[in-house]
Amino acid sequence: MSRSLSGSEGVGVVSTSVERLFTPARPLVLANGEVLTEVDVAFETYGTLNAARDNAVYICHALTGDAHVAGYHEGATSPGWWDNLIGPGRPVDTDTWFVVCSNLLGGCQGTTGPSSTNPATGRAYGLDFPLLDMADFVTVHRALGEHLGVQRWHAAIGGSLGGMQVLDWSLRFPEEIELAVLVASSSRLTAQNIAFSAVGRQAIMRDTSFHSGRFADEGTSPDTGLAIARMMAHITYLSEEAFNEKFGRKSQHGQIARGFGIDFAVESYLNHQGETFLSRFDPLSYLYLTRVMDYFDPFADVDALDAVRRHPVNYLVMSFDTDWRFSTEHSRRIVRALESSETPVTFREIESPWGHDSFLLEIPAYHDTIRAFLECPRGVVDA
Amino acid sequence: MTDGGRMTELRADLALVADLIPAGSRVLDLGCGSGDLLAHLMTTKHCRGTGVEIDPGGVLAAIRQGVPTIELNLDTQLGQFRDSSYDVVVLSRTLQAVHRPGVVLNEMTRIAPRLVVSMPNFGFWRHRLRLVGGHMPRSKDLPFDWHDTPNLHHATLIDLEAFFASQRLQVERRIVLDEEGRPRPGRGANLLAGSAIYVLGRA
Repeated sequence: MSRSLSGSEGVGVVSTSVERLFTPARPLVLANGEVLTEVDVAFETYGTLNAARDNAVYICHALTGDAHVAGYHEGATSPGWWDNLIGPGRPVDTDTWFVVCSNLLGGCQGTTGPSSTNPATGRAYGLDFPLLDMADFVTVHRALGEHLGVQRWHAAIGGSLGGMQVLDWSLRFPEEIELAVLVASSSRLTAQNIAFSAVGRQAIMRDTSFHSGRFADEGTSPDTGLAIARMMAHITYLSEEAFNEKFGRKSQHGQIARGFGIDFAVESYLNHQGETFLSRFDPLSYLYLTRVMDYFDPFADVDALDAVRRHPVNYLVMSFDTDWRFSTEHSRRIVRALESSETPVTFREIESPWGHDSFLLEIPAYHDTIRAFLECPRGVVDA
Repeated sequence: MTDGGRMTELRADLALVADLIPAGSRVLDLGCGSGDLLAHLMTTKHCRGTGVEIDPGGVLAAIRQGVPTIELNLDTQLGQFRDSSYDVVVLSRTLQAVHRPGVVLNEMTRIAPRLVVSMPNFGFWRHRLRLVGGHMPRSKDLPFDWHDTPNLHHATLIDLEAFFASQRLQVERRIVLDEEGRPRPGRGANLLAGSAIYVLGRA
C-alpha cells in the first residue's frame, strides 16, 4: 500500500456502490426540461458521518475521473485518483471528515450516461441521450446527499471540471455548502479551450466506427478517435516544462531511427495514454461531458451571485503557475466575481512545474492550504 | 483572535490601527501578513474583509485564522478590486516596500474612501545620528541592513505628508509613535517619531 509524503496509510480497501436515485416514479428532470426515468449513481464514501451530520465533504471529479477517489479496490495495485489528498491524517482527513465521491451524470464508470441502456428502447441511448448542463451534475449530487442523509456539506472540493460543479452548486444552493474549494478550474472556457475540446470531439465523431453514436449496436467503437482525443487533451494537461523534464527529445528505442513510427519517447507516452484510456472511457461520455464544460458560464447570468450574497460561502480558489489549460487568469476571474459580491474568498497561485495535472499531485504548499482551509475554526469569518 | 484555541495579543501598532477602524467596516488589509489585524477586527468589531499577502507563509497563517486572503502583487494586481468596494484599506508598514507608492496609493483611494497607512520615519533622530556617524540608519523601526532590506523608499514624515498632499489625500488623523510603538503626542514628530499612522481621506 502506498504512503503519501505525510507517511500515513490511506483509507484501505474500498468498493464502489451503485444506487438508483431516480426512477419512473421520481424521474430526473434536467435543466433543459428533458427527463431521465432511470438514473443509477456510482459512489464511494470514507470515514463516518457524525451524529450532527455536519462533517461531510463532497469530492467532484474532473472530466475523466470516477467515484473511486481514494483507497484501493480489492486486488488493485494503484489507488484512487486523489488518494494523496484523502485519508487518515491527509489534508482531507477521513478521521475527521465523511468523504463522498460519485461518478457524474453522463459518465461511464457506473453512473447513467449515454452508453447506458435506454429503458424506452432496450438499447444504448447513443446520441438520443439528452444534452447535459453543469446544473444536472449538481442535481444528481444533491440527490445522493439526500440518500446519504446529508443536507449541508462542510465542504465541496473539485479540480478542473470538478471545480466547475462546486462553483455551480455553491452559487445556486449556497446554504448547502460551507466551504467551496475550486482547484485549477474555470468559470468560462476561452476560445482556445473550446477549440481543443472541439477537435477532440471531431476526432471521435469522424472516426468511421462512430456510426452516428450507434457504434454499440454495430459492435464497434471509435477507438482511434477517442485515443486521439485523449492524446491531444493530455498535451494540454502538462506544461511544456513538464514535457521537457519527462521526455526532452529522448528516443524511445535508444537512438533516433528516422521514420513515421513511434521514435521519440513522448510519442510513445502519448500513445500509451491513448490506448489505456480506451479501456476505461466511453466515446459518448467524452462528447457529452466536454460539451457541458464548453457551455458553462455562470457569471453570464446577472443574478448569478444573488443567492451567495444572502448565504455567504467561504471559497478557496487555487491555480498553478504553469497551468495553461485553465491558467491563473481563469481562477482570478472567479475570484474577482466572488470578491466583488463581498463573498469571502481566498486565492493562491501555487508554484508547480507540472501544468494542469498539478492538482492531482502531492505539492506541499497546495495540500497545506487545503488542510488549513478545511480545519480552521470558522465562526470568525461569518461575524 | 484565536490561534489553535488560545487568545493571542495583537501587536501594539496593529492594535492602534484596529482602534481607527469603525465597527462593522469592510476592510481590505494590504500586506496583511498572518492576518492578525483582520482576525481581530472580525472577532471583536464585526468587520468583514480580505487580506492581501504575497509571502506564502503569511498567506497560510492567515488562512489558518479564517481570514479570507488573496495572494497577489500589490504593485501590479490591485486592479482586481472594484471601485469603492471597501470602507477602509489598510497598508501597514508596507508603502516603503512597494515599487510605485503613488500607484498603490492611487489604487487604494479608488478602492475605499478611507485609508489607514503606517510607515517608519526615516527622519527619526537616531537615524540621523547614524548617518552623521557615517552609517545607514538602523533602529527598531528600521531593523535591516542596507543590503538586505525590503524597504525601497526612504521618507521622513515631512516628505511623506507632502507626498500625500500631492496624491490629493487629506490627513484626517495622525498618530505619532515613539521607538517602542507607543503613541507620542506633542511637537517635533519628524525628529522624535519612530513611525506614524495616518488616516487619509480623498481630498
